[in-house]
Amino acid sequence: MNDPVVLAIVALIGVPAAQLGYAVVIEGILERVPARWERILRPWLWLAPALCLLSVFLVYPALHTVYLSMLDARSATFVGVNNYLFVLTNHDMLLAVRNNLLWLVFFTGITVSAGLLLAVLVDRVRYESLAKSVIFLPMAISAVAAGVIWKFVYEFRPAGASQIGLLNAFLTAALPGFRPVGWLVNLLTDNFALIAVGVWIWVGFSLVILSAALKGIPAELLEAARVDGATEWQGFWRIILPTLSSTILVVTTTLVILALKAFDIVYVMTNGNFNTEVIANRMYKEMFNIHHFGRASAIAVLLFVATVPVMIVNIRRFRAQEAVR
Amino acid sequence: MVKAGASRPRPRVWQLWRARARRVPLHTVVVGLCLLWLVPAVGLLVSSFRPPRLAAISGWWSALAPPYQFTLENYRAVLSAYNMERSFLNSLVITIPATVIPIMVAAYAAYAFAWMRFRGREPLFTLVVGSLVIPLQMTLIPVLRLFTAFKLVGTFPAVWLAHAGYGLPFAIYLLRNFMGALPKDVLESASIDGARPLAVFFGLVLPLSIPAMASLAIFQFLWVWNDLLVALIYVGGTPAVAPMTVTISNLVNSLGQNWQLLSAAAFISMALPMVVFFALQQFFVRGILAGAIKG
Repeated sequence: MNDPVVLAIVALIGVPAAQLGYAVVIEGILERVPARWERILRPWLWLAPALCLLSVFLVYPALHTVYLSMLDARSATFVGVNNYLFVLTNHDMLLAVRNNLLWLVFFTGITVSAGLLLAVLVDRVRYESLAKSVIFLPMAISAVAAGVIWKFVYEFRPAGASQIGLLNAFLTAALPGFRPVGWLVNLLTDNFALIAVGVWIWVGFSLVILSAALKGIPAELLEAARVDGATEWQGFWRIILPTLSSTILVVTTTLVILALKAFDIVYVMTNGNFNTEVIANRMYKEMFNIHHFGRASAIAVLLFVATVPVMIVNIRRFRAQEAVR
Repeated sequence: MVKAGASRPRPRVWQLWRARARRVPLHTVVVGLCLLWLVPAVGLLVSSFRPPRLAAISGWWSALAPPYQFTLENYRAVLSAYNMERSFLNSLVITIPATVIPIMVAAYAAYAFAWMRFRGREPLFTLVVGSLVIPLQMTLIPVLRLFTAFKLVGTFPAVWLAHAGYGLPFAIYLLRNFMGALPKDVLESASIDGARPLAVFFGLVLPLSIPAMASLAIFQFLWVWNDLLVALIYVGGTPAVAPMTVTISNLVNSLGQNWQLLSAAAFISMALPMVVFFALQQFFVRGILAGAIKG
């Protein structure tokens, strides 16, 4: 059982067999119970495996984390709101909150607007699907690999030495007198250097969704506007933007959640050094480096609280869709 | 443009060229952005084939001019000496079951949500929609303790179960929306004809839902393969189980400036998802659209 391959094969045959067996068994039981019970029980038995997994891995842990956030480092004594007071006044944490706000504004803003701009632009060229594939490609790779790619792009050598990082090499060649910048250690540039990696990964997502919505706008509508003398610019602001507003909201909410949870890129590229700390990485450090489970839990709860508005927007939108179903 | 001027064209051709010239800025922007997206990745690929001696002193672009000096040595080194071979296997062993397990569980639940009436259906499904955005961070400490209690920390089943649980809300959501949109009369007439729910599910609903399940499988595959956080928390300290994302993030710290090795390692981790992506892009895009636009 210790051989991973054997274990995986057992899981691959065993799990589907068990899942199939489960459906057969519950339907077998349902055939034997009175019809009234059958009607009541059936949905719950079909839901049961999912509800079990969701309870164990989401509902129970989330509630338990709220409880842990009010206990001390070893989860032994009740400390009330002390962890929250510490977290909300701690310098590193406040820095992380600031940086997440930078992510929120710049990552979300740039990714949505670049996606929108690209959607409008690629709609007008014949190699549209190729261009979309290229922009979308980073979505397939891990943030860790993207981190390696961009760390290499940002590589810095002192002025005068031969630059092996693309960005510094390009700028020193293009601009006479340009002094190479340590993009990931310079306090003015490092957060934006990280955010740029996030943008590189996620613009494809924003592009694909907005482009699909753009295709949904009737061509006659835009044509009619042109005939009436509207410029492309006016067509964009008066027709395309209002029509796409609900789709833009969908993309924005998804990206806001990503910005709040930003972790992989920061962990791999700077590990929060040089003032690039983010909330999720802060929590990881409290958990694994400092072993303060109370503070780590408090950070997690604050992260959750920040996502609640998005959750409400999502549920409202879902309800509205169900109403027209 | 030179050609158009040189051959003294007829007016219609001239207009054609003028129309094309007006589109030059458009093409410049689109092509330029495509290059911006591609060049960093190309740099990684080129670097991974360069000898260490050259990679340390010159940019990867200088390898594109003769004399060509490429080597496979970096791949050999990271695979054998830096645990990448084992990590590749681990990534596979983690990802495949973690993709297979949640899909059927989600399909059962989605069937119940879409086609069965019961009290509490709407609130329960609203809870699923809400849980789509819950940060994983909310669950890490209690689940880690649970795994510790069951001696599962640092094992494959721990990551399979965690990914199955975390992937479930999206899976249920996507499949329920898809199944809910299946033609009502077909399913109802099957029930009237006396087909049991088991037969309706496996005979009708599941085969009709294959496109949605394919999208879901690709999503879950890429999400698990590319995951760092879950693996870091539950198996991070166990090299025998750690996937490539964890191994590479450690290499970034330990290998520092050895870009030829780091880029080879990164490229090994990118190869499979890129193949999956190119082969099954349509399903991937369809899944994103269904997950985002419909909800």
